[in-house]
Amino acid sequence: MMKQENHGDDGANLHASQDDMESLVLDEPPPSSNGQSSPSASASVERHSTTATTSSTSQNFNSILEPPSYADAVFTSFDSSSSNGQENPKQPSYQSDPPTRSEFLKIWVSDPEKELELTNSLVPGGTSYYTYLITTRTNMPEYGGPGSEFTVRRRFKDVVTLSDRLSESYRGFVIPIRPDKSVVESQVMQIEQFVEQRRAALSKYLNKLAVHPTLKKSEELRLFLVVRGKLPLAKSVDMASRMLDGAVRLPRQLTGEAAAVTDVNEAAQPAKGGRDLLRIFRELRQSVVNDWGGVKPMVVEEDKEFMERKEKVAEFEQQLSNLSQQAESLVKAQQDMGETMGELGLAFVKLTKLETEGAMFQSQTIRATDMKNVATAAVKASRLYRELNAQTVKHLDKLHEYLGVILAVNSAFSDRSSALLTVQTLSSELVSLQSRIEKLEAAASKIFGGDRSRMRKIEELKETLKVSEDAKACAVREYERIKENNRSELERVDRERHEDFMGMLKGFVLNQAGYAEKMANAWEKLAEETSAYERDGN
Amino acid sequence: MLTTQRSVSGSSQSPRSPSSQPYLSVSVTDPVKLGNGVQAYISYRVITKTNFPEYQGPEKIVIRRYSDFVWLRDRLFEKYKGVFIPPLPEKSAVEKFRFSAEFIEMRRQALDVFVNRIASHHELQQSEDLRTFLQADEETMERLRFHETGIFKKKPADLMQIFKDVQSKVSDVVLGKEKPVEESNPEYEKLKHYIFELENHLAEAQKHAYRLVKRHRELGQSLSDFGKAAKLLGACEGNALGKAFTELGAKSEALSIRLQKEAHQLLMSFEEPLKDYFRAVQSIKATIAERANAFRQQCELAETIKLKEINLEKLMLTRSDRVGEAEHEYKELKAEGEEVSRRFETMVRLMNEEIVRFQEQKTIDMGIAFHEFAKGQARLANSIADAWRSLLPKLETCSSA
Repeated sequence: MMKQENHGDDGANLHASQDDMESLVLDEPPPSSNGQSSPSASASVERHSTTATTSSTSQNFNSILEPPSYADAVFTSFDSSSSNGQENPKQPSYQSDPPTRSEFLKIWVSDPEKELELTNSLVPGGTSYYTYLITTRTNMPEYGGPGSEFTVRRRFKDVVTLSDRLSESYRGFVIPIRPDKSVVESQVMQIEQFVEQRRAALSKYLNKLAVHPTLKKSEELRLFLVVRGKLPLAKSVDMASRMLDGAVRLPRQLTGEAAAVTDVNEAAQPAKGGRDLLRIFRELRQSVVNDWGGVKPMVVEEDKEFMERKEKVAEFEQQLSNLSQQAESLVKAQQDMGETMGELGLAFVKLTKLETEGAMFQSQTIRATDMKNVATAAVKASRLYRELNAQTVKHLDKLHEYLGVILAVNSAFSDRSSALLTVQTLSSELVSLQSRIEKLEAAASKIFGGDRSRMRKIEELKETLKVSEDAKACAVREYERIKENNRSELERVDRERHEDFMGMLKGFVLNQAGYAEKMANAWEKLAEETSAYERDGN
Repeated sequence: MLTTQRSVSGSSQSPRSPSSQPYLSVSVTDPVKLGNGVQAYISYRVITKTNFPEYQGPEKIVIRRYSDFVWLRDRLFEKYKGVFIPPLPEKSAVEKFRFSAEFIEMRRQALDVFVNRIASHHELQQSEDLRTFLQADEETMERLRFHETGIFKKKPADLMQIFKDVQSKVSDVVLGKEKPVEESNPEYEKLKHYIFELENHLAEAQKHAYRLVKRHRELGQSLSDFGKAAKLLGACEGNALGKAFTELGAKSEALSIRLQKEAHQLLMSFEEPLKDYFRAVQSIKATIAERANAFRQQCELAETIKLKEINLEKLMLTRSDRVGEAEHEYKELKAEGEEVSRRFETMVRLMNEEIVRFQEQKTIDMGIAFHEFAKGQARLANSIADAWRSLLPKLETCSSA
């Protein structure tokens, strides 16, 4: 079936980590599918399900029941917001021109193609991966103004790179979570299915970025969407070489021989992998000290409010997750209902046939008519349940989507926490530097004339102190910046959530009501057809 | 075209006709659980109201249990060959242990219908065994019940075997195998095929009807869980949005109750009639098997008579002194043969009448069931629509808040 690709881009890795496993290795030829999502995807989904049911039973149905009128078969969404499913940019669409919003940026993902990995020294057979065509249409000035259109080819690895760069550049922001790398699940399904799923997920992700008020203007996204050929963003450095890198420098840092000169700007970044093992080590110690109530951090925080916020989000996540699960059960129950109703209808079709062929009595003919009416109503109800369910899934999917948003929110929160940690680390470093300087100065003053090496040491430490003070100031600024990002983003997310959920609830309720009314019609018709059997005084 | 015939198998209604008209009305009521554990059983109160002269009085109340009904069914099956004996609800050893209220009620209803069908059947209502069943005291009934077990009572296994035989014979004929001792009656063959097909289709329909009941319950349950979860989320949210979730949750829970109710309705007025139809067809199959037996018996007897005739002629030719004896035997056999033929003809005639009545009755029974089904589903759908629609204005106020 499908093997997992274990090689990164350089192919010289000794420790290929999970991070690098994102491309798909295929033995079979790729599907020649186009992989485009058709306009009003919901309608096609619905039509598929209708044809699926009628194909096997068409012989029975066509001879007994009247064929469904297309007016019934084509789904009618009862809610106003039917802007789901994207149209293919190549096909003429009725939604081609932008809506009332002044700025728009729309992205299509299509045409998955298999390509061969060019540099590969370890596996002789050659490996491959998929690329996707990314089409962008926009009127944003950053992209060249109205009527701008771009197409590029990208692979999933590029998306990972984009996502990583954004996380670094926009700390504190609630950044949409990119699609999973996970290949494990894909082993259970066909390649075609996996590629299509990934294509859809990429489309969703990129368009989420495209509607984020800040991220849509980011240079990273623009480069990703516009620049053809190799993606001009720094790749994520793989763990292994990071480790090797850092290991070489480590002894010197630990012994403290070299001046621990910290580039001021580097202090603003979170400690990266092997490059700064010492820094990681220090920050780890610091956080342990914090947790165990050791040295109190010098930076004053509105900790409580933040902690409360975090708790609230956690609780919300739990309830949302629970509701999302129940929504799944509800969808399943509706589906089962529709299925059984359909099977019941089928059974009555068979009975109708039996009573019709070679009927010996008038009463049989009458019963045949009655059974046919029952079958018709049941089949209709079955179809309605299926349509209802397709709509319900779309609405309740929002719940699931917001679980992803919460992940992004938590990520923004942890940006803040790590910035605070940096500040705290630097603060305590300053404290320890100060005390070392004081000690040395005190000792030096006791010796007449001074100890030359000691004096040199004091000078060095004072230098370090200055640098560290600047670093701390920078870190504090960064921390404040991130806090502000957090705040405004949370506001935005809250607003959007409110809107989205209200829309979801209304849509859900409207659909339930609409389809229930349609079903009532079908059953009322049957009740009328069988009204001769009404028992008086029941 | 179709007269709204009320099924005379109505239960505990008081007779419409004045006392001058003959009537026999029975009701099976008051189920009471007796005994413990494996020995537990249900006893019913059987109330008979009649002005039939053969009966002891205008009203009689006795206590009966399921096996008494079985005894009655078996006796009638023996005595009234050709008649479609009304079916009994299944023995069901499994559900017996649980004895849920629903099970008890369904059984009581089915037994009530059973007895009333007998009571309103032109032939069966005159049965002596019926009189015994409706009037005898409990000890007599118990004695009769035990007595029957050994000798006459057909065990379910035997009935199954008969069905299988009849079924295999039908298929043999279809496949063109051996020529069995079967009636060469094309109309009857058609009927048999029809009955077998009908049984299969009804089994399927009933199965899906039962599943539909389950689906209603499951949907009800999931709406209840969904509602609870929505309410919890609403409480967590707090603001106007939270209120919206809470309202949605409440509606969802309310609908859940509606669904459970409808599930019960569906079970009683749709699934049960289908099951009853299915049982009736099985009873017909038993009668078909009986007829096959009778026919075989008739043929075998005819064979024997023929042989005896040939033998007699031989004896007469040889002027044997056994002629007298043989002649006597021959005459006896011939009389028996005529009797058997008469009985067989009666059976055929009865079956033909029964078939007409069966078809008519089933059209009515099912028509009623379909109508109730339609009404129930329409009611449910309308209340679902109403409930959700009533929520919309509340959602509007929440969103504008």
